[in-house]
Order: sequence, then structure tokens, then C-alpha cells
Amino acid sequence: MMISDAMEDEEKWLAEGIAGIQHNAFYMHRALDSNNLREALKYSAQLLSELRTSRLSPHKYYELYMRAFDELRKLEMFFKEEERHGCSVVDLYELVQHAGNILPRMYLLCTVGSVYIKSKEAPAKDVLKDLVEMCRGVQNPIRGLFLRSYLAQISRDKLPDIGSDYEGDGDTVMDAVEFVLQNFSEMNKLWVRMEHQGPARVRDKMEKERNELRDLVGKNLHVLSQIEGIDLDLYKETVLPRVLEQVVNCKDELAQYYLMDCLIQVFPDEYHLQTLETLLGACPQLQPTVDIKTVLSQLMERLSSYAASSPEVLPEFLQVEAFAKLSSAIGKVIETQGDMPIVGAITLYVSLLTFTLRVHPDRLDYVDQVLGLCVKKLANKPKLGDSRATKQVVALLSAPLEKYSDIVTSLTLSNYPRVMDHLDNGTNKIMAMVIIQSIMTNHANVSSADKVEVLFELIKGLIKDLEGDSEDELDEEDFNEEQNSVSRVIHVLYNDDPEEMLKIICTVRKHIMNGGPRRLPFTIPPLVFSALKLVRRLQNQDGDVAGEENPATPRKIFQLLNQTIEALSYVPSPELALRLYLQCAEAANDCDLEPVAYEFFTQAFVLYEEEIADSKAQVTAIHLIIGTLQRTNVFGVENRDTLTHKATGYSAKLLKKPDQCRAVYACSHLFWVDDQDGIKDGERVLLCLKRSLRIANAAQQMASVARGSSGPVTLFVEILNKYLYYFEKGNPQITSAAIQGLIELIKTEMQSDTVTPDQTSDAFFACTLRYIQFQKQKGGAMGEKFDTIKV
Amino acid sequence: MVLVMAIGDLHIPHRALEFPTKFKSMLVPGKIQHIICTGNLCIKEVHDYLKSLTPNLHITRGEYDEDARYPEIETLTIEQFKLGLSHGHQVVPWGDFDSLAMVQRQLDVDILVSGHSHRFMVYKHEMGMVINPGSATGSYSSMTYDVNPSIVLMDIDGLRVVVYVYELVDGEVKVEKIDFKKTSTTT
Repeated sequence: MMISDAMEDEEKWLAEGIAGIQHNAFYMHRALDSNNLREALKYSAQLLSELRTSRLSPHKYYELYMRAFDELRKLEMFFKEEERHGCSVVDLYELVQHAGNILPRMYLLCTVGSVYIKSKEAPAKDVLKDLVEMCRGVQNPIRGLFLRSYLAQISRDKLPDIGSDYEGDGDTVMDAVEFVLQNFSEMNKLWVRMEHQGPARVRDKMEKERNELRDLVGKNLHVLSQIEGIDLDLYKETVLPRVLEQVVNCKDELAQYYLMDCLIQVFPDEYHLQTLETLLGACPQLQPTVDIKTVLSQLMERLSSYAASSPEVLPEFLQVEAFAKLSSAIGKVIETQGDMPIVGAITLYVSLLTFTLRVHPDRLDYVDQVLGLCVKKLANKPKLGDSRATKQVVALLSAPLEKYSDIVTSLTLSNYPRVMDHLDNGTNKIMAMVIIQSIMTNHANVSSADKVEVLFELIKGLIKDLEGDSEDELDEEDFNEEQNSVSRVIHVLYNDDPEEMLKIICTVRKHIMNGGPRRLPFTIPPLVFSALKLVRRLQNQDGDVAGEENPATPRKIFQLLNQTIEALSYVPSPELALRLYLQCAEAANDCDLEPVAYEFFTQAFVLYEEEIADSKAQVTAIHLIIGTLQRTNVFGVENRDTLTHKATGYSAKLLKKPDQCRAVYACSHLFWVDDQDGIKDGERVLLCLKRSLRIANAAQQMASVARGSSGPVTLFVEILNKYLYYFEKGNPQITSAAIQGLIELIKTEMQSDTVTPDQTSDAFFACTLRYIQFQKQKGGAMGEKFDTIKV
Repeated sequence: MVLVMAIGDLHIPHRALEFPTKFKSMLVPGKIQHIICTGNLCIKEVHDYLKSLTPNLHITRGEYDEDARYPEIETLTIEQFKLGLSHGHQVVPWGDFDSLAMVQRQLDVDILVSGHSHRFMVYKHEMGMVINPGSATGSYSSMTYDVNPSIVLMDIDGLRVVVYVYELVDGEVKVEKIDFKKTSTTT
């Protein structure tokens, strides 16, 4: 209630003030129209008296001030036209000082002063000096600030700057500078004084009011920046030191923050670069509560943009040792502001790093240095709990990744892993994912075992359980995503040189083996395939490479693979392991390593026998074994016999009869390889086909017993197709009579009552018969062959 | 005019990092009506990506696929063509055309799409076509050396299909075209 009352009152007083001004303005205008100087002065003084009020907040006072300002413009025009009032400007200057109260007196004096300077009857510097000093008479902060602001406004275009009308004859740019600096100092003092005024003032209200006035003070710096005659030297020798002196000595937090910021914004970056030491030197001298971080960040941001837009100034940065100075300044600030929370310090380092990456991207030593400073700051502290600080550290670590598209560059920063060590486990993993993402986005390639070592050290949070990890925290989807990322990253670890590549593989293996059963199914496959690719490269090379102590050979790699895939038994992951063993077997076959290939097949069979119990999994597994075995040609007769015997045996023992049937006729291909020197054992092929036929028959009988009708004739048609296959290939054991017999069998079965009619098997049979027709119509040797078959 | 993409054997992440960006930039969602995939994606992420290109996604199970629920065999009819889809590790000898032709007869389809060998092939015969789209990522295969990434796009129009194969050779996409016409309509 009180506040709104006060606001209502203020509105009332403002309205009263405006009314007062308008009232007196009316009479003043009349006086101006009739060229009556005395009257004009009288009413203008009364008008200006409204500005003597203490009741208004700055915001409202400003409104009043603007009204008065407008009226004074008309008055100034009148003053200028001497012929209208007949008073010389010198006399006028003296006359207005008779005004009763100091505030109206000063406003009038400044107004005349403006005309005085324009007339050039006195040097600009003298008038300005007089005015700036006389304004001292008004010590009330709000009134004083507006008055001096008025002075600044009307003097702006009359400063003795280089090339201005007011230069010359002793009037120099120095005088202009002096004037502005003095006005600035006085205004700042008034502004700061507000802080200590009136005990009843509420903190927030005070801050608000002060903020409303800050631009009045800051305007002076802006004016200084516009003075053409100020060059780097003048800025360095005079302007900057004087401004900083005022800033530091006023010991006011609000003023210091605002003015530092203002200073950095209005003056050119080129100047800041050349006065870096002085500028930064002021920072530790500021009040401890000033948010110097933001100021420094702003400065670094501006300098970075400066470097980015004008690359030719880069040598200057090095010459003034910008990095060293900024680095040391930040250090000092952190030191002096002892109770600065960790997030503050890290934010500063992030700004410094951003600066470094933009201005000196090639100086990895600088980048590493910044990281090192961070490590020092975090040393001896527990792992970061504060989430804002954590976010800043993540930003710090992400910056080099974004800048350097080649991950290897970031890997050379020795302090990088040390910073990561200070993150809590969760954030560590997030950071590891960021690193992997960066690698994938940039299609990077890590090509040495050493670098791989560093990389895996960085992403260790994903590779294995860290201390303090709890089992229940692992969300399955997140976990899978993490592990799939690790899986993929393994593919960018690559070197053309086989020796180095083997080292890389060993390094990766070493790390992933610590991953535990949950991780192995993700990480082992890509490693295995990486190794198999290396084997393939080496198999074209012969024997040992001369001069190499420990050459990479397929045999060595297979040993490694064997040990690696074995680890999957701890998961356990028998199906995956079986597939990988078979891959290795085929690769060993291509390398002509019979014992190695045999060993891999053995492992696969053992897994099949002992670990794979699910019937569907068995069907797939046995087909994979058969398919792989069919393609191997490295085995001697004995070994081959053992393996094919095993394969056919297991095929016949599958649970469901149709599966048995199919696996057994698949085995027939083990005895017939279509190559030039491939095995072509027609008899054993026929044995397999006959066996599968028996199984198919048994299946039909079982079905009719169990269900009252036999199943569809599909199996028979499949077997027929296999007969046709071998018939075409020229297996002498497959006769057209046998085929004919099979066709008749199928036809009979299809017409029998007990057989379930089935569209698909009917279509299948029809297709098969159509195929036979095609072959007959081919003519030539094929046509002749098929001629014997009647459909 | 129906566009059907045939793709398979990506083996992400076991054998390959990612689907080639050059292919990715060619494939715009909504342009392709069907995707038939021979299998071995291997993870859900790849499934989701393919699904984003078209909701008509048909996948058969490869021996390394994470999702065990994909069927072993799929058939579908598009315009006048019956298509069959199967990964191919179930058909011994692997990659053998005559054995694959048997599967084609068994499914009674005009076009059989099958993978596993990672070798792109189109085999035309009187009763239809067998297409192997190869490996979309060019990943390692025990059967085929020097695999280039490849995908197949079929433009099916009535009784005619034009098969476009896109192969990534030394970083550049090369296209080949194969025509096929059916002699009779599907019963």
C-alpha cells in the first residue's frame, strides 16, 4: 500500500512540476516574442526552479528535465540573436549569474556558455573550464548529474578537437580531454555518493535508481571515444590512466562494474590490446564483490572477435604477450577473490580457453596451459558436486574438440585427461560420449597405439566400471547406446602399417578385456573383425618381413583371436562366439593354416554341443557350420571327414523332423564343391539326399499318426529340387529315373486324401515342373539331359 | 511407379561405423515407397533410420541381428511383381544361384532378394531375377574380398522393373541400370 501511495504521490509531483514548467514557459515565450530579455530571464529561472525538486526518482526527474531542456533550446536561440536583445554574449554571461538559486543559475550559464563558445569571443577551453568547475556548486547527486549531463550535451559539438572549428590558438585536443575527464570524474563522484545518502533507502530501490542514472556517467566515456584527436598514445598516457584512477578510487561496486564494461565497449579493441597490462592491472584493485569474471570474459570475447575479423593483427597479439597477460591477470583475480566459488574460476578458464582457441589455435602449449591451470585449481578437492561447475568443465573440455576436428590434436593435450579425472562418474561418461561423437562427426582416424592408449584412457568410464559406479544406475537403453558408440569408435582406429595395426589391436584388446561380461558382447566383435581385416592384408604377403623382430603374422593374430573370443564364455554368449569362431575358421582357411582352421571348427562344435540348447538357435548354428565348412578347402581327407561326419550327425539329431531333413540335404553340399578341383563325391551326395528323403517320409508318417493327416509335400519338393541341382551338375549317381520316381511320388502324395492340401507347396511343385520344361526347351546338352524326364 | 530400395548387410556397429554419408544424402524421406532389407543391420538405431525413410519397411533376420523377431522369410506383391526376401545364410551353398533359384521357386516369386555374401549381383533367368544388394556399408565378408558399399533401387512399373545399383567406388557414387520385363501377369 505504501509503495503505490508513494508512486501516486510521485506522479502527482511530476504533474505539478510539468505544470509549473509549462506555466512559466508560456510567459517566457511571450517575453521571447517581445524580445524582452529581463522577462525571459525571470521566467526561465522560475521554470528551471522546478528542477530543484528532491521528490522525484531519477526516472521521473528525467521527464521533467527533458521539458526544461526543450525550453532552454528556444532560450538559446534567443540568446544567440544579439540584435534581438541587444546584450553582448560576454555581458549575458555575467547577467545570468544574478539568478537567485544556483541550479537555475547554472543551467542558464551553461546555455549562455554554449552561445559564448560558438561566438568564439573567448577560447572554448576557458569557457568549458569555467563551467565544469562552477557546476561543483550543485552537490545533490540527482540534480548534479542531470546538470552536468546538460553541460556534456551542449558542449559536445564544441570541443576543441582536431579539425573542429574550435581548435587552434592554444585550444587543443588536450583541453577537450581535460574537460571531459573532469566532468566525468565529478559525475562519477556524485553517482557514487548516492549510495551513502539517506538511511531510509531500501537496497533494491537504491540499486534501481543508480542504474537508471548510469548512462549519464557512461556517456562521458562515449564522448571521449569519439574525440578524433585521441590517438593510441594519448589514450595510453592520459585517458586510460585517468579513467582507471577514478574507477579504482571510487571504491564503488556498481560503478566499477559498469564503467569497466563501458570502457571495454566504447574504445577500439586495438587500444585494449596495446594497453592490456594497464587495463588488467586495475582488475585486482577493484572491490572484491565486483563480477570481474564477466568483465574479463567480455574483454576476451571482444579480442577474440577482433583477431577473427582481422587476421593481420595476430602478430600483435603475440608481441604484446596477450595470452600471458590475460592468464596471469585471471590468476591474480582468482587469488585475490579468495571466496570465489569453483564455478567462477572455471568459467574464467573457459573464457580464456575460448580466447586461446580463436586467437592462437596453433599454440597447443597455450591450450594445454589453460587446462593445466584448471587442474591446479581442482587439485586436492573432492570430485565436483556442483552441477554448474561441472557444466563449465564439460564446456572447457568440449571446446578443443569442436575447434580441432582431428581428435589426435586434442589427445596430445597432456592435461586433458587430468581434468577429466575430476569429473564425477556420470559426467565422465557424458564427456566420453562427447569425445566419441566428435570423432564420428569428423571422420577422424587414430593411427598409433600410443594415441589409442590415450583415447581409451579418456573414455575409460565407458570401457569399464569406475570406482563408485553402482550396478542399478545403468539404464539399459543408455548403456546400449554407450557400448554401441564404443563399438563404432573401434573402427576408426586404423593404420596401414601391419605392425602398428597389430599394436593398436593389442592395445584395444587390453582395455576392453576389463569391461566385464556386460560389455564384451559389444566390444569383442568389432575387434575381431578389425583383426580379420588385418589378417586379410597379411595373407597376401609371404612369410616373415625381413628386419622385423616381432612381425605381425596371421598365425599370431589367430592366437590372439582365439583368446579373445574365449572371453565370451564368461558372458556367456555362445551363439555370438560360435559365429566369430566360424569367421576365423574361414579366414584361417584362406591363409592355408589347416591346424588353425581345424581348431576354430572344434571350438565352434564344442559350443554347439555344450552351450546351444535352444532348437531354433541350433538350426541356425548348424547351417552356419555347414555353410562355412562347405567353403573350406584346406583340410586333408581325415580332418575333413571328421568334421563333415560331425556336421551330418548333428543335422540328423535336430529336434524337429523337417529341420533335420533340411539340414541333412544341406550337408549334401559338403561333398560337392563346384570348383575345378573341388571335391565331387557323387555317392556321398546321394547318401545324404536319400537320408533326407527317409526323414521326410518319417515326418509324413509321424504327422499322420499325430494329427490324422500328413503334412504338406513341401519337403519332398525341396528334395526333388536338390536332385535336379546335382543332376544338372553332372553327378552320375543322380539318375533321371530317380528324379522321375520322385516326381511320381509327389504327384501321388498330392492326390492322396491323407495329405493336407497346401497352396504354397502346390505352387512350388508347379514352379519346379515349369523349370524342368524350361531346361528341356533349352536344347543342346542340357536339353538332352532333361529330355529323359517326363512331367 | 513404385520405388523399392533393397539394402542389407550393414553390420553396424560390428563391422562398420555408419551408413555412408554419400548414400544418406541421396535418400530423402517420402521418396521411396518400400524398403526391403536382407538383414544384419544389426542394431535398433539402423532400423529406426530406415523406418524414418518409409513406414513400409520389410526386414528378414540376419545371423547377427540384435532383434531376433525378424522373420526368416518375407514375401510381398508390388504392382505385377511378387518379391521374396531372405537373408541367405540359410541357403547352402552360400551365394549359389541354383540353390537360390530353388528358394525362388519355393516362394513362387518373380524377384528374390537375398544377401549374406556382400557381393552385389543380379542374376536374370527365364523365371525371374535374383538380386543381392551387397553390403550398404561395404563391410568385411569372409566370402568376398574388396567389398564396395552398394544399395539397389528398383523402379517397378506394371510388368517392368528397372534396377538401379548404386556403388560407392573411391568415394564417388556410380550407377548402373538393369532392365527386366515380366512375360505374364501374376496369377
